Amino acid sequence: MPLSWYLVLAALLFCIGLYGVLARKNAVAILMGVELMLNAVNINLVAFWRYFTPDLIAAHAFVVIVFAIAAAEVAVGLALIISIYRRRKTVAADEINLMKW
Amino acid sequence: MPTETLIWLIPLPPLLAFFLILLFTRKNNALSHTVGVVAAATSWLLGMLVFFAAVGIDHFGEHPFHSAIAWLPTGETVFNIGVMIDPLSAAVLFFVAWTVLMIFIYSIGYHNFGAPKGDHDKPGLPPHGAEDHGHHVPSVEPMYSRFFAFIALFAFGMYTLVVSDNLLTLFVGWEIMGLCSYLLIGFWYAKPSARDAAKKAFLTTRIGDVFMLLGIVALYSATGTLNFHEILRNENILHMLASSPSGVLGLSAAGLIGLLLFIGTVGKSAQWPLHVWLPDAMEGPTPVSAMIHAATMVSAGVYMVLRMFPLLSAGWHHGDPLTTTMTVMAFFGAFTAIFAATIALAQKDIKRVLAYSTISQLGFMIAALGIGAYVAAAFHLVTHAFFKALLFLGSGSVIHGMEHGVLHTGEHVDPQDMFNMGGLKKKMPITFWTFLIGGFALSGFPLITSGFWSKDEILADAFANHHYALLITLSLAALLTAFYTMRQITLTFFGEPRTKAADHASENKLVMTGPLMVLSVFAIIAGWVGIPEHFPVIGGLLPNWFHDFVGSTLLEHPHAPDFSWIPLGISLGVALGGLGLGWLVYRKAGSEDPLRKPLGPVYTLLENKYYFDELYTKIFIRPAGVIAEKFSYWFLDRKVIDGVLHWIAQNSVNLGLVFRDRFETPVISGVADWAANSTAAIGRVLRKVQTGLVQQYLLLVALVAFGGLFYYLFTVLR
Repeated sequence: MPLSWYLVLAALLFCIGLYGVLARKNAVAILMGVELMLNAVNINLVAFWRYFTPDLIAAHAFVVIVFAIAAAEVAVGLALIISIYRRRKTVAADEINLMKW
Repeated sequence: MPTETLIWLIPLPPLLAFFLILLFTRKNNALSHTVGVVAAATSWLLGMLVFFAAVGIDHFGEHPFHSAIAWLPTGETVFNIGVMIDPLSAAVLFFVAWTVLMIFIYSIGYHNFGAPKGDHDKPGLPPHGAEDHGHHVPSVEPMYSRFFAFIALFAFGMYTLVVSDNLLTLFVGWEIMGLCSYLLIGFWYAKPSARDAAKKAFLTTRIGDVFMLLGIVALYSATGTLNFHEILRNENILHMLASSPSGVLGLSAAGLIGLLLFIGTVGKSAQWPLHVWLPDAMEGPTPVSAMIHAATMVSAGVYMVLRMFPLLSAGWHHGDPLTTTMTVMAFFGAFTAIFAATIALAQKDIKRVLAYSTISQLGFMIAALGIGAYVAAAFHLVTHAFFKALLFLGSGSVIHGMEHGVLHTGEHVDPQDMFNMGGLKKKMPITFWTFLIGGFALSGFPLITSGFWSKDEILADAFANHHYALLITLSLAALLTAFYTMRQITLTFFGEPRTKAADHASENKLVMTGPLMVLSVFAIIAGWVGIPEHFPVIGGLLPNWFHDFVGSTLLEHPHAPDFSWIPLGISLGVALGGLGLGWLVYRKAGSEDPLRKPLGPVYTLLENKYYFDELYTKIFIRPAGVIAEKFSYWFLDRKVIDGVLHWIAQNSVNLGLVFRDRFETPVISGVADWAANSTAAIGRVLRKVQTGLVQQYLLLVALVAFGGLFYYLFTVLR
């Protein structure tokens, strides 16, 4: 299988994630969109590693860091969302406009 | 202790008393007068020690007590101040010490020490009396301690003046007395008349003081020293001053300086035309009047010209025609003597008569000095101090007794008006006898009283040196003196009481009568030290000690006038004639002056003191007021100064407005406002972006990222 298949898959996945982030109102769904985008990046990383530098370990390291960041992001993000929900009884992103002028 | 040290100490106790009373004992009357009297007694004791030490020294005039310290550096030299007692100041010290002490003691009684506090008495007003077990009794002076403080300062001024060895410290004492006279004449400051009198005394004497200061300055610039001994006993300096022209009115330098100093005396000793303050000074308490009239201030004026006599008469020798300055003095003295004596004829107030009498007697002294009768002038100064202090304290005693009567009867009469008195001889015997002695001394009652000897000496000197105009003037003045003195004694003490108050007057306590008795002794014996040597019968029994002693102050021992029957006859005639006439005219006087009808308008003129107060009001005070109002205030202040200031202010405002409109508002504010406004406008535009929706921000980020990517792909990579 050529590399481009993986890259296309990753691009599709990224676009789905981006769309989810920009279009969804639910903050949890936005967070899921971010996770999809991170996964797309991971696919790219793994694919490039397999096709170009299979005997090095740097890509694995990057992937592991991305996992860690994703996990941390979800932990913090969900905590924020729960906190917001407790105060405002909503998780709709367009209703949480505290920073508006 | 050496005598010089004692002299330094003489003025200090009263000064100390002044501060002690004001700072510590003010609340306690008994303590205050104790401090005052003890201070006066200490100075008296020191004064007596110094006096008797001085008397015991031969040729004392050549070697006076003198001690000096360096005071002010003046360029290359140093100005020394110090103390000096020579024969003249010893004599003055003697009478000052006695009279001051007597006045202090007398003041205790005069201010009703021990009497209850008045119910309505206020500080600044004489006490009105109090209720005590249903009786009206005198009340204690509300500002009792303050009086003793001030009078102590007064004594300090006089002592300083007497012991100082130079004109500058003499002037310091002189001015301290000026201040004290102001404070004490205005002692009852809540009375408008007392306030006015205080101001009048201060300002009038100041006129003289300014000229005197000019004289002092002129003397210092001419000789480089103000020390008496260096100037007055130095032939070279005196000759230099007498021979160098001053450029004013053809006077020599000595003449001009002498004239300027003499004007100081005219003010201080209340000579015409600056006499107006002294009668008004009667507004103060009577001990103050005695202090001013006998012990201190007016004596200081005469003392100063006596002191400066060698300068005043520089270039004149016995027998020469008088110098201009001396002529001026003789004229002013003689004129004042007769002028004030005539006014005294028509005064009703017992103290005012004495006030004019003082002016008149001081005129005698000045006139005597003017004709070169140095010793006679000094002699009259000493005797006059004693009997005038006695008379003033006596009049205070009379007034006090009358006030007692007024309080007792509740009658509304003036306790100082002699026409409300009469018959006090029986009520107040001690006051009567002492007042009689004082009055006779003032009149020059022959042989026994001191006033006779000193006045006779002046007349004898005038006769011996052929100053006949002066002799006639002074004799007339002496006649009037005897006349008004007898008028005063007769109206006050003889006949029937004219009011119920006089009927109920009573003798005062020993604290007041005691000083009277002491002073009356001096009023008699003070004259015996100066009996001329060739006087018939009693002449030569006692040597003419005073002449030898005081005369030795001068470089050239003054010549005693030869005895002549003519001045003696005149002297006897005027004294006895005046007294006799006074007795005849007034022994049956009612409440109206018997002289009023025969004298007619002249009496009114005298009663109103020749309208000098009115005249001065018209020619000095009113114009001064007009100048102050119209020129200084309205023209100079309001128009010129305010005008200039307003013009500057208006122009400054206009300039400010121009700056504001042309520069500040458009340029500085404009730039600042523009910056602020544009920032605000940008903000207004930009804040639209701040929706608060995180997705829009992300969209923006995404768009920028894609835009950047596309730009990269289509421009950079191509």
